[in-house]
Amino acid sequence: MQHTWDFATIFQNWEVLWVGLKGTVVMFLVTVVLGLSGGLVVGMGRYAQNSALRWPATAFVEIFRNTPVLVQIIWFYYAFPILTGIEVNPFLAAVLGISLNTMAFSAEIYRAGIQSIEPGQWEAGKAIGMTYGQTLRRIIMPVAIKRILPALTNRGIEVFKMSTLASVVAYVETLNQAKLIADLNFNPIESYTAVALIFFVVLYPVVQATYALERTLRKSD
Amino acid sequence: MTEIVRIENLHKSFGPLEVLKGIDLTVDSGETVVLLGSSGSGKSTLLRCVNFMETPSEGQVSLHGELVGSENNGGMQYRERELCKLRTRIGMVFQHFNLFPHMTVLGNVMEGQVTVLGRSKPEAEDKARQQLERVGLADKAEEYPARLSGGQKQRVAIARALAMDPDVMLFDEVTSALDPELVGEVLKTMRQLAEEGMTMLVVTHELGFAYHVANRVLFLHEGTILEQGEPQKVLKDPETTRMREFLEGHSLFKLPD
Repeated sequence: MQHTWDFATIFQNWEVLWVGLKGTVVMFLVTVVLGLSGGLVVGMGRYAQNSALRWPATAFVEIFRNTPVLVQIIWFYYAFPILTGIEVNPFLAAVLGISLNTMAFSAEIYRAGIQSIEPGQWEAGKAIGMTYGQTLRRIIMPVAIKRILPALTNRGIEVFKMSTLASVVAYVETLNQAKLIADLNFNPIESYTAVALIFFVVLYPVVQATYALERTLRKSD
Repeated sequence: MTEIVRIENLHKSFGPLEVLKGIDLTVDSGETVVLLGSSGSGKSTLLRCVNFMETPSEGQVSLHGELVGSENNGGMQYRERELCKLRTRIGMVFQHFNLFPHMTVLGNVMEGQVTVLGRSKPEAEDKARQQLERVGLADKAEEYPARLSGGQKQRVAIARALAMDPDVMLFDEVTSALDPELVGEVLKTMRQLAEEGMTMLVVTHELGFAYHVANRVLFLHEGTILEQGEPQKVLKDPETTRMREFLEGHSLFKLPD
């Protein structure tokens, strides 16, 4: 196969991609904030003594961890409105799919991180009269967060890439816009290569920074 | 003598296993009571029921004559807030120190004072430095626990508990995780506390400590108090075969003539 690379049409249409990248960033910010903060709540639920909290949290984690995000987004867009009569636009469908999935995964990260703290730390807090919340905040979390942070940043990177799945319901993000350019200019090779490059350029420095972060955290242990 | 801790008919079960089968015990102000017994005898569980690290299945605990919890058709009901408050008045030291690794020694000793008792930072720091002085570690205040030896860690843990101004101190096998050459410094600190008049309940295998420091020794076997009395009596001339067997098991222990 002979292919002559020509990125000229991509550069001519940079504004189309720019709009897409902005859509990607918005999707990322919304889903990463909802996913990681919601995950903390679900993770605490998973760890709760009370089974009325633990059961729903566990069910939630299992459902969203064991089904594909792509299917969740499609389900929220096509099936959910028919079942409930509630209109769901592409943005909302993608936000629901990605953030609920992220909540499930990050809940496990929080839970594992908190459980990795020796039970003696809980006991020591309790023995000086601390409440559960005080022990969690003052004793457990400051140590657990160091173990949680690397896994959490990895999850964040996944969430950024997952945003492309929103293109399946025609949410305006980078992949969706590249498809537009490809269809109009018959240059799918350059268009999709451009998408890969854009993601690489954005994520590479971020990933390098997380390596540095991991090294710092390990040193302070 | 003022009564500090009173335990009445204490039972504790873990599932089908009954670990404590009706314990009665009163500890007076300034007394050092040592709990002896082989593993599984229930001595640690008994200690942990005093500050409600474990909730008793049956029976009552009083501190300074005040009943902990409230009676509710035959059983006891405990509110978490009441128990938190109770624990501020009972110091506990653990086998594995359980110091907070992300805080300095000073931070460890200040934490409960500031977060739980609401003392101001300067006040808590003063108090913390006094307690570190008391356990001989004033010069380690700015270190992190990871930099300390086991014996030093345990003395910081003692200071951390003392800083709360407890009415009674609980020691749960606090020398069992230490290298033999570090045991002495911790026992010395505990002896000093006893001599200063601290009320202490001590679970230990250090029979020498029991002999020299305790006012009273209790021997637990299968969840009941099998024998108790002055250490000079109980350790030298036990009444039960169980106790005699237990003492023979501690072959390293030589009673002074």
